[in-house]
Amino acid sequence: MKQITVLSGKGGTGKTTITASFAVLAKRAVVADCDVDAPDLHMLLHPEIVETQEFKGSKLAFIDEAKCIKCGLCREKCKFNAITENFTIDPFSCEGCGVCTIVCPTNAITLTERVSGHAYISKTKYGFMAHAMLSPSEANSGKLVTLVRQNAKILAEKENCNLVIIDGPPGIGCPVIASVTGVDAGLVVTEPTMSGIHDLKRALQLLGHFNVQPFVCVNMYDINKDNTERIESFCKENSIEVAGKIPFNPKVVEAMVNGKTIMEYSPECNVTYEIKRVWKNISKALESKS
Amino acid sequence: MIISVASGKGGTGKTSVAVNMALSIANVQLLDCDVEEPNAHLLLHPKISHEEPVYTLIPNLNEELCDHCGKCANFCQYNAIFASSEKVLIFPELCHGCGGCILICPKKALTEGKHRIGTLKRGHIGDSELVYGELEVGEPMAVPLIREVKKCIDKSRNVILDAPPGTSCPVIETVKGSDFCILVTEPTPFGLHDLKIAVQVLKDMKIPSGVVVNRAGIGNGKVYKYCKEEDIPILLEIPYQRRIAELYSEGVPFSQEMPEWKEKFRTLFNEVRRRAGK
Repeated sequence: MKQITVLSGKGGTGKTTITASFAVLAKRAVVADCDVDAPDLHMLLHPEIVETQEFKGSKLAFIDEAKCIKCGLCREKCKFNAITENFTIDPFSCEGCGVCTIVCPTNAITLTERVSGHAYISKTKYGFMAHAMLSPSEANSGKLVTLVRQNAKILAEKENCNLVIIDGPPGIGCPVIASVTGVDAGLVVTEPTMSGIHDLKRALQLLGHFNVQPFVCVNMYDINKDNTERIESFCKENSIEVAGKIPFNPKVVEAMVNGKTIMEYSPECNVTYEIKRVWKNISKALESKS
Repeated sequence: MIISVASGKGGTGKTSVAVNMALSIANVQLLDCDVEEPNAHLLLHPKISHEEPVYTLIPNLNEELCDHCGKCANFCQYNAIFASSEKVLIFPELCHGCGGCILICPKKALTEGKHRIGTLKRGHIGDSELVYGELEVGEPMAVPLIREVKKCIDKSRNVILDAPPGTSCPVIETVKGSDFCILVTEPTPFGLHDLKIAVQVLKDMKIPSGVVVNRAGIGNGKVYKYCKEEDIPILLEIPYQRRIAELYSEGVPFSQEMPEWKEKFRTLFNEVRRRAGK
């Protein structure tokens, strides 16, 4: 089984549009939406949920008022400023480390489990999908990403699929790292802007750090052709394959408004054509990997 | 006053709004809290006057004192310590720096060490200050670096915090303590979906918020309907214009080339100040 992650560094470059198109183009693939705090893929693929799992990713300290003598030791030792003036826990600061529980002389503090989201296994028109939703303002999205990827892998094995397509979150931090470790290829979707180029380079460094084969796709390449050329020559210098250049087309947003992938909404348009080319290039490269 | 700029969905124009607002008012301190992919400096070209490494606390092991009791690994909530009967391994990338293992070790075999996670940079553009962090590639934890960036907050100035995308810990850490949060969205289904999550986060945190609609004219009208139903003020609309997109692609804040926008961003700032009661 092969795994490919679509990532970007910078947000809003078109990861989800491309992942959804790949889901349509791929035969026998499982799709995983690993952007667990702002997942959008379901709006194009309309999954039907088959199974829901509670995600208990982190813990939260709890102070028993009756036992607390307000000595202040917990507040002194807490590295996250999570204990308020009134000796309550600030849930937005507490990282559930448990230091307060061991320094408290009266055993007034315990760690409680918090349900910080849900993971889903679903069916779409194009096959199975693993996804999740982190509850608003919860932490530990990296762990939830790992759970989504595990679910996707189990599904792929059970359903005899040979490919997992992962829609990654923006950035290069913990949920992105959890989305790219151990995959066979990473497709970085960028745009020809100064920010896009800057973030592309950091995303490529991340793939290098974790030994993942990189591919690049320039979205809305005709917005700034000079910058697109810069991206292409940078990739050439670094022996990175540019798998395709997708033109700007208002049909992409129209498709989104209609809840459809661009493949379905406008099968003959230039964006569809180019995404097919990107897909062909990447699948060829994946097949040649043993 | 501290204003944060957040979005839920990435690429909606947070940095554009933060930077153009910063350029339209006086006495500004802009803190780019998107330490994974900081971009504000690409638009502002600050003269960097200060650079320092940022470290987190990690445990250092003295093998000679360790008797492999395993209490440290058992205590660690983040699986950052692996202990067997012969060996203790520490994974700095997973460590949150709580210091619990150091407190719990009965043999005092663990002491405070440090691990570099990124760089803090400060610079100036005229009389405005830009502060930003750059996470080392491969380091998963953005939050401690965001905390360091926020330690530079100068409350005597008009502070603008540019948040990372999403709605999880790095965003919480950024918007925490702000007087008002501007949510930048685009009028598309993805923009709206992620805006709703961000609105919930700010409600939970009891931070007042309002919306800037960027790329107005694309997509559909559902963002407006939602804001009306939920009584969320729309503070500004930035139309989808090829010229604005082109300037952004070149790394030019559009209010510099289209000066009529300076007034609009000043109005935005004054409106935010009024709503925050400052």
